[in-house]
Amino acid sequence: MVLPALALPVPALPAGFLSLFGDAFNFVFSGQEAETGGVTVGGTSQVVELATKQIEVTLLALAVAILLAMPVGLWLGHRQQGEFLAVSAGNAGRAIPELALIALMAAAIGVGLVNLVVALAILGIPPILTNTYVGISQVDRASVEAARGMGMTEIGIVRKVELPLAVPTIMGGVRTAAINIIATATIAPLAGILTLGDFIIARNVYGDAGVLAGAVLVALMALALEGTLAAVQWAMTSKGLKLNRS
Amino acid sequence: MTAESVSASPVRFEAVTKRYPGAHSDAVENLSFEVPAGEICVLVGPSGCGKTTALRMVNRTVEMTSGDILIGGRSVREGDPARLRREIGYVIQQIGLFPHRTISQNIGTVPALLGWDKEEISARSAELLDLIGLDPEYGDRYPAQLSGGQQQRVGVARALSVDPPVMLMDEPFGAIDPINRSRLQNEFLRLQAELRKTVLFVTHDVDEAIKMGDRVAVLKKGGRLAQFATPTELLMEPADDFVEDFVGADRALKRLALMRVRDVDLWTAPLAQAGDQAEPVRTAVAAAEVPYALLVDGENRPLGWLSDRDLSGEKVPATPDSTADPMIDADSVLRDGLATLLQSGSLYAPVIDARGRLTGVLSVEIVSDFLASDEASESELSAAERPHD
Amino acid sequence: MIEAASNGMMRVGAIDQSFFTDRSSGNCIQDNKLFCPGWVADNYDRYVDPTLQHLVLVGSAVAAGFLIAFALAILAHRHRFLQTPFLAGTGILYTIPSISFFFLLLPITGRGSLTAIIALTAFNLQIIFRNITTGLRNVPPDVTEAARGIGLTPSQILRQVELPLAMPEIIAGLRIATVSTVALATLAVFANGGGLGTEIVTGSNITFKTGIIVAGSIAVIMAIVFDGILLLTGKLLAPWKRKQAIS
Repeated sequence: MVLPALALPVPALPAGFLSLFGDAFNFVFSGQEAETGGVTVGGTSQVVELATKQIEVTLLALAVAILLAMPVGLWLGHRQQGEFLAVSAGNAGRAIPELALIALMAAAIGVGLVNLVVALAILGIPPILTNTYVGISQVDRASVEAARGMGMTEIGIVRKVELPLAVPTIMGGVRTAAINIIATATIAPLAGILTLGDFIIARNVYGDAGVLAGAVLVALMALALEGTLAAVQWAMTSKGLKLNRS
Repeated sequence: MTAESVSASPVRFEAVTKRYPGAHSDAVENLSFEVPAGEICVLVGPSGCGKTTALRMVNRTVEMTSGDILIGGRSVREGDPARLRREIGYVIQQIGLFPHRTISQNIGTVPALLGWDKEEISARSAELLDLIGLDPEYGDRYPAQLSGGQQQRVGVARALSVDPPVMLMDEPFGAIDPINRSRLQNEFLRLQAELRKTVLFVTHDVDEAIKMGDRVAVLKKGGRLAQFATPTELLMEPADDFVEDFVGADRALKRLALMRVRDVDLWTAPLAQAGDQAEPVRTAVAAAEVPYALLVDGENRPLGWLSDRDLSGEKVPATPDSTADPMIDADSVLRDGLATLLQSGSLYAPVIDARGRLTGVLSVEIVSDFLASDEASESELSAAERPHD
Repeated sequence: MIEAASNGMMRVGAIDQSFFTDRSSGNCIQDNKLFCPGWVADNYDRYVDPTLQHLVLVGSAVAAGFLIAFALAILAHRHRFLQTPFLAGTGILYTIPSISFFFLLLPITGRGSLTAIIALTAFNLQIIFRNITTGLRNVPPDVTEAARGIGLTPSQILRQVELPLAMPEIIAGLRIATVSTVALATLAVFANGGGLGTEIVTGSNITFKTGIIVAGSIAVIMAIVFDGILLLTGKLLAPWKRKQAIS
């Protein structure tokens, strides 16, 4: 239909570009025979199973990271101490190669859910710690002094003044942690826990259709998680702060 | 330096109007006045009166809606605004020095834009640092290493870098504490006595307007010109209730800041030296404007006031009962002279020149007569010549 | 592997022996102990190529990310309404896990280092974009106002005032992007992109602890070195910050 003269000098897409997506679609909804032969792989039931696992380990690891990092960040931030520790933790955390961490945990301590969750939580702790610290310590000291002057207890100050004002920053850290964790959970099959990443890593079993399907599913899942957390942040942020921002 | 041939140009507002998009009324309405070359014109008025808008239309950081502004007969609307701005000095309250550039580089910004070579720029920076009274070593410092007052001086130096014929100053001393503000005002007036730029100066402080202005444009809400006059006229004959209110109930007293003590007609007191016969002095006191005699030395320097008891003897004593204090410097302004009198609780005080010699006697009555008269309007000094405290 | 180990044993004598705790034990490799220095001493050369590949991956991805993010940030600075869509767009690219991104590109660019570089670039765009726009936004308004008032054109203001003042923020963004990209580039192996990940997952490497530790450590050291270089660059480019701290 298109006139040849209008053809743009774009490198031609590899043959079967669309058919590969078609295969991936089929892979998700109907499954296909494994490249290794014999069994059928893919299909909704396996997709749901692996996706559930990925969400499970992600949320578990995120919860562990929050439980460990947030109280420390709150405490340091409230006391305005340990800035070096809190900020360097964030910087150091970024330098950890996720792949080496997962592989080493699996090789040295062994495969299994607990080890995986620990390794993922390690990735989530730095951004949560740093952002909690920064968020709390940046709360206007005048607001804190006013609260103290009105007779609030220190815990009351953290809960009713500092925490609400620091929500956007803290949630920023939680979101970064969540993205790191769910991305790394994709390579969890290396640690013996089968997540959607299995489609990607075990290409010899699932073929290119499986790899592409896995990639799409992981991307969608990460975006969904990020969207959900953004909505949570919006809901948790006080109206007064939202007014300020705009 | 090429720009020095044009030292100052007159600035003329011709029916200038500004209405911001979406606004229901004009920010500046039909504003017309002319500032002669080399004078300071202060735009003063309450907040929201459009004074800053009016100022900023001169260098087109705000574009006017209608009317025109002429600098030396040339419309600012001609040509490229950036080029126009390079020929107009601009000083703002927040100073706006470039934190990442040294003081010399800050001062040399516009010269560099105009393509001066390095030596010219550094010579000009050094010259201007000297002019504003900063050591040459400050040239290599960064703005954060200077005090607020020093930064404001550098801001003025930057505005003067290419010797612009016109300077715009938007509340330049507004963020400085009162003591340093007064010092910076005086410094600027001294500079201006030398440079004779045409200056448009915005302030909300009527005292500053009276002190700095050769002419004062009082604006009221909506950017309408309420009065355009010399400070003296403003104080003597406010055009309407608004100006009268704005200038303040103490406007009469403000006039006292416009006049030096030596410029009013002082009273004379009978004089005596130690060892003179007392009798003629007693006679003179009875007939004099000042009912007390002053004991002076051979150089006519006051030593003390002679009381009736001092003069009751045959000769004038060398040590009178009371000293001559307080004495008033003939160069001080009338306001300060009056303050000295009121503080000491005396009705009269000797006025002395720089060498301590008597030039007359200032009385509270002289001050009140001055306030009641039109004399204030007779002597018109430019802001730069006027006394500044 | 065992051969390699025995080779290693022969060479170890040439190096300071006190460095090695297990020089007497030839079984380190067979036992797959946590760390076998003898093996490292013998096999360090196998890390040269992956390290160089890793440098190319990181260098290209950060350079491309910087150029694109810079262009986007300047556009968004001129036209404020672009800020939100650019932030959202780069945010999506940041959120999609790199490993997934590699294979989303599969039908288009196939496997190889180009695919890896594109995915890593997509990841670091937002970090750099966000920092440049924050840096530009944080320039004090009185400074730009004064710059305009004394006759700088908008592009002169950008080049002479805003960008220099935003430099510390821009460098901070580059540091975060570089360090994260060094870590992430280990995943490039899944896209056949080479890099240090090769030494972690290829063949039997995945269970060989010493190999994992060495590859991981090289990545960490690389991140630290890049971070240090950028930190120093930032200090050199912002001399006014140093003097300010002194006074």
